[in-house]
Amino acid sequence: MQVPILKQGPYLIATVQSALTDADMMQLRDALVAQVGQHRARGVIIDVTALDVMDSFAAGTLQDVAHMARLRGAETVIVGIQPDVAFAMVHMGLTLEGVATSLDLEAGLAHLDLSTGVSSHR
Amino acid sequence: MKSAEVAEEARVTVESDRDIVAARMRGRVMATELGFSSAVATLVATAISELARNILLYARRGEIVLASVERGDRRGLKVVARDDGPGIADVAQAMQDGFSTAGRLGLGLPGVRRLMDEFEVRSSPDVGTTVTVKKWNS
Repeated sequence: MQVPILKQGPYLIATVQSALTDADMMQLRDALVAQVGQHRARGVIIDVTALDVMDSFAAGTLQDVAHMARLRGAETVIVGIQPDVAFAMVHMGLTLEGVATSLDLEAGLAHLDLSTGVSSHR
Repeated sequence: MKSAEVAEEARVTVESDRDIVAARMRGRVMATELGFSSAVATLVATAISELARNILLYARRGEIVLASVERGDRRGLKVVARDDGPGIADVAQAMQDGFSTAGRLGLGLPGVRRLMDEFEVRSSPDVGTTVTVKKWNS
């Protein structure tokens, strides 16, 4: 299942709608990194509210997105990690080190406005 | 299967990345039927996701077997991840954080052990790998 990516001002917003296969995760990574260039985006928000499980592959791929987007000049923030998912990540030892996280979309946009120094003109 | 009862056993063949999602979703349903909280059901689903991916990554094909178990008045969920792949050359090494021959994060097996209450791995080049884990409803 493909993850829709919307452009909002200088940012890209990807909203995960359901459980993702590994192929879906990689497709999302590649699409975001490509679209940062196409839209000259300064920030990327990935909303994982609907993600059922954050395992080592999902976390690793999201880390890759953040690092690849940064190399292309865009900041990434992951939003919507649910309490149960955070609980499992902590138990497992997944820290998403080096990746910004915010509570929800609103907080993620505020984070990007601060970290990129641009305004999304909402 | 009688509808009001917990399914005794469920098998999911793992041979594509879609099966990883199917296995962890089935595990979440069974954990919930057994009365696990949604937080603990998520731990179980995450562990199943890791185990199923290991099968795909290292053996290409195998199965996840989910079964309800009892010990005294406690109920639990047993997950067996079985393949007849090449086996794990060095189990002790595979249990170390940060070690991965597939070049990813290396949190697979040690992570699964932290997510579950009981953990056992048997592996040999002749018969493949079987990882058995259990989670008890506290």
